[in-house]
Amino acid sequence: MDWQAFEVSIKLALLTSLSLLPIGLGLAYLLANSKSLASTVIEALITLPLVLPPTVLGYFLLVGLDSSSVFGGAFFSLTGHTLAFSFTGLWFASIIYSLPFAVQPMLRSMESIAPEIREAAWCCGLSKCRTFFKIELPLALPGIVTAMVLSFSHTLGEFGVVLMIGGNIAGETRTLSIAIYDSVLSFESSQAQSMSLILLAIALVSITTVFLFNRSRSRVVGI
Amino acid sequence: MLQVSLKQSQGIQLDVDFSCQNGEILALVGPSGAGKSTVLRAIAGLYSPRSGKITSSGKVWFDNDISLTPQQRRVGMVFQSYALFPHLTVEDNIRLALDPSQRTDDSSVSKLLAQVNLTGLGLRYPKQLSGGQQQRVAIARALARQPDVLLLDEPFSAVDKVTRRKLYLELNSLRRQLDMPIIFVTHDLDEAAMLADSMVVIHHGKTLQQGTPHDILYQPNNVAVAKQVDVRNLFEGDITSTEQVTKLVWHGINLDIPGTKIQASQAISWIISPAKVILHQRLRPSRGEQENPVSGEIVELLTLRGITTVLVRIPLAKDLIIQMDVSEHVAERNQLQQGQTISMSLIGSAIHILKE
Repeated sequence: MDWQAFEVSIKLALLTSLSLLPIGLGLAYLLANSKSLASTVIEALITLPLVLPPTVLGYFLLVGLDSSSVFGGAFFSLTGHTLAFSFTGLWFASIIYSLPFAVQPMLRSMESIAPEIREAAWCCGLSKCRTFFKIELPLALPGIVTAMVLSFSHTLGEFGVVLMIGGNIAGETRTLSIAIYDSVLSFESSQAQSMSLILLAIALVSITTVFLFNRSRSRVVGI
Repeated sequence: MLQVSLKQSQGIQLDVDFSCQNGEILALVGPSGAGKSTVLRAIAGLYSPRSGKITSSGKVWFDNDISLTPQQRRVGMVFQSYALFPHLTVEDNIRLALDPSQRTDDSSVSKLLAQVNLTGLGLRYPKQLSGGQQQRVAIARALARQPDVLLLDEPFSAVDKVTRRKLYLELNSLRRQLDMPIIFVTHDLDEAAMLADSMVVIHHGKTLQQGTPHDILYQPNNVAVAKQVDVRNLFEGDITSTEQVTKLVWHGINLDIPGTKIQASQAISWIISPAKVILHQRLRPSRGEQENPVSGEIVELLTLRGITTVLVRIPLAKDLIIQMDVSEHVAERNQLQQGQTISMSLIGSAIHILKE
């Protein structure tokens, strides 16, 4: 069992899902309240990682994060570190490839809030900001929880993009899914099996918890 | 007092003008898509028309320069779907609309719950309430804001008939405690006539007439209003006037209409309420031509809740059908039957000549 890879995986999944909370909420709110063509294009771009082969996405991210690129170069001049083949680069890439797993459930949740609910809050004297925090956010909670769990689980299990961006540097970019691949290649099947079971258990427990949470909430408040 | 004047020629057409006094219930009536809810939303600040003016107790809420937000208007709004916050208890739904200084004061919430007969249900969630109870929560929440105007958008459409009747009585008793203009939208004329002090008929976004329910239902201004309020006996005729008397000529039948002052001879439309058509007893015919007797053949009899509607074909008036409402016991006592020839009076005071 590669505990170092386990630690990198958990740290990456936690940081990614926590980063996606404000990013996803902001994007979902904007998309839910806009019917323009631009918002449709933005939603399509956000959803792209769901349909693109991980190697294709990984390739473009690798090119974009390289220090010879605008973004990678700017990061290098600011911090003195490269993004490609680093934990920070992996974190950034994880945010991109897990974005649809966070935005889609949040967006669907926000879209399901009837416009009259929002208007009723305004007529009750609540500002748009208070309406968001007191009404829209709690009502979108099932979608937000689902988004967090999905992005955590997806980041934990991603293989293709991680290999392209991070390579296989122990303690830095070597995640559990890479470690499983390595173990299989070196015929260490018992190690591959135990790590695979751990990933399976985490995924199962996370998804079941989300379903239980949403079901209990639905029983009480009907959402 | 609330004064509303809205004009818009693009998008949703609006040409609306009406006012509502404090303590008065005003019903906006009209068919689906007539623009009633849009008018209500404009008053609440949820919709901005191109031009117009909305003032509440002298304060301008909307005109060409000012457009206050819903938060600034102090409006109590009851939505058609009630729009209760499903994740909050009844108490918290109401508390959220209270003035911030009152939010920690449980007595304000209790008082509002008692006002709408919901004491003891404060800790329930909206999902755990019946449709009628949800409507009462929506009213309590609207009142929690101490609004200058109370707006209700088809408030009775989501409940069954039995609950609706109970809610009519409750709204009627609640209004005595309120001193603000109350405006409600409905397409149910009976509902409007029962609850409202005045009615505004809207069609294609335009005010057709404002008046008391009696004026609107029995003395509509024109054919358009008459059609909107589903007048059942709407006919065309000609007026012939002499200096002494005005007569309505209805397909060759002369009807006296004393008190009507139309000088020139002209084609007009006229109505008579089915409840005001007088059935002659078989053995006691009319007391003369001044009572405008007409006779015809019964083609249909329909009885609902003690009222029998009799459809009578008038041979002398090109077989036109006139409707007459009589009490069920009157229909039974006179042994009214399909095919029978009866006589009745269209007395002049019950005939209303449409102005336009």
